[in-house]
Amino acid sequence: MNRILVIAEHDQGKLKLASLSAAGFAQKVCAASGGSFDFLLLGSGVSAAAEGLRKSGAAAVLVADTPALAQPLADRYAKVIADTAKARGASLVVAAVSTFSKDILPRASALLDAGMLSDVIDVRPADGELTFRRVMFAGNVIATVQLDGAVKCLTVRSAAFAAPAATDTLSPVEAVAVDAASLSQFTKFISRETKASGRPDATEARIIVSGGRALKTSEDFERLVGGLADVLGAAVGSSRALVDSGITPNSLQIGQTGKVVAPDLYFALGISGAIQHMAGMKDTKVIVAINKDAEAPIFEIADYGLVADVYEAVPELMQKLKK
Amino acid sequence: MKILVPLKRVPDPDTRIRVKPDGSGIETDGVKFAVNPFDSIALEEALRLREKTGAAEIVVVTIGGSECAEQLRTGLAMGADRAILVPADAAIDSLGIAKILAAVYRKESPNFVLMGKQAIDDDSNQAGQMLAALLGVGQVTFVSKLELTDGHARARCSRETDAGIETVTVALPAVLTADLRLNEPRYVSLPGIMKAKKKPLEEIPLASLGVSAASHTRVLKLERPAGRKAGARVKSVDELIAKLRDEAKVL
Repeated sequence: MNRILVIAEHDQGKLKLASLSAAGFAQKVCAASGGSFDFLLLGSGVSAAAEGLRKSGAAAVLVADTPALAQPLADRYAKVIADTAKARGASLVVAAVSTFSKDILPRASALLDAGMLSDVIDVRPADGELTFRRVMFAGNVIATVQLDGAVKCLTVRSAAFAAPAATDTLSPVEAVAVDAASLSQFTKFISRETKASGRPDATEARIIVSGGRALKTSEDFERLVGGLADVLGAAVGSSRALVDSGITPNSLQIGQTGKVVAPDLYFALGISGAIQHMAGMKDTKVIVAINKDAEAPIFEIADYGLVADVYEAVPELMQKLKK
Repeated sequence: MKILVPLKRVPDPDTRIRVKPDGSGIETDGVKFAVNPFDSIALEEALRLREKTGAAEIVVVTIGGSECAEQLRTGLAMGADRAILVPADAAIDSLGIAKILAAVYRKESPNFVLMGKQAIDDDSNQAGQMLAALLGVGQVTFVSKLELTDGHARARCSRETDAGIETVTVALPAVLTADLRLNEPRYVSLPGIMKAKKKPLEEIPLASLGVSAASHTRVLKLERPAGRKAGARVKSVDELIAKLRDEAKVL
């Protein structure tokens, strides 16, 4: 019987929607081979985020709420996750893929002496065992994998699992007692540079407008990529080339070494389509590419390609969409 | 000061990856191998710390077949002082690797470990964090800036997160994992290659470390993802808008 612990993520108290996709994964496992799942939310002053987890079919929403967990420091979070997994007899510990889960879950998995899989995109029960599919080699290979051991840890791609339908009944909230004195003091949080753009995060947006090498300056990027994004209420993204040349901050990077996204609609503006970029967006439903180089590899995966200079096509597109 | 830098042998990042027809692995015939790019960045940072602080011994270590000596020689040619090869034939998952690295760490007692955030073959992004847990030390992942402080007792790191750049300090020893923008690794020079031939490369059997090559992970099959077909070209912005509205219905 599966006992699944889903680690919820929040950004300064605001729930990340990907947490619900991780619950969608858990629900899929339970539907196929029985069992139930709990959420575990860690932080300080996170009761509002906890409310957002109560309508997803979890047996319980466990909340470790203490000032000692105010910042997502891996050594502390991993210990609370491992302790809770042991206390609840968890057979699977799951989180949506993000820099948060990549940092913390492997540490928890070592504390549990559990094997771990990253970037899981599918799960199937077979002969009483779970078989997983995960992405390797920058998206060029899919591996079918099984894990041995009583406890298993996984990060799952949120784009691959739909959030559970909202339930009428609310999951009960249970406090997890944390002995702050038992938490390590290895790391000290100093600061976080937050970019308050007012735009949605690329990992949560339905539409993403992304810019590449054709954009020559930060101002051009903001005017064209940011401008089109604002017309559409979309998130912005960037190719690695622009990050490397200092035109965009690295938190915008889409690709193998940046964020992996799968929105409904993705505009690739002046992006040639390096393998490393396409690894981060090729599961998008509809890809639009605008590039003046008709031979650019991005056209090989685009649903709609327009051979044009982004400096001319994008302002026209913005103007016509505004109407 | 001593810095331990684990290196992994992986297919060169510019190689086109092909899966064997029977799905048992990837084709290695004619494939060029290299040091995992994130590990090269970690090693480069160790070399720069040595240049800045004046004195540090840099030890590179890998786990794998005898062919991995090639990547250790590359590490030595870049400027590492010594190399350790822990021979192992079977594929070992991240937790297994972390256990072996923990044993090497205990033997070497470095001031800290610098390694890549992930290997570009299995893309797991786990071994460093697991190693830190097993050693009971702190960790900083996705490091894009690194500075030693407090007489080398702590490190101040910038790290790349989804929310932006975060700054933390960590007590040493610790495991630090390098992200893409930490630095740009140097090229190996010819004198470097000549010198590397004379540097020590020691083999340490698993048995003498008191650990086994155990894995929790069983890979059943590899395959290529379903390809994405090229769609249609549109001739104008008007046609694009019409297609997105009426055909794809995403606007």
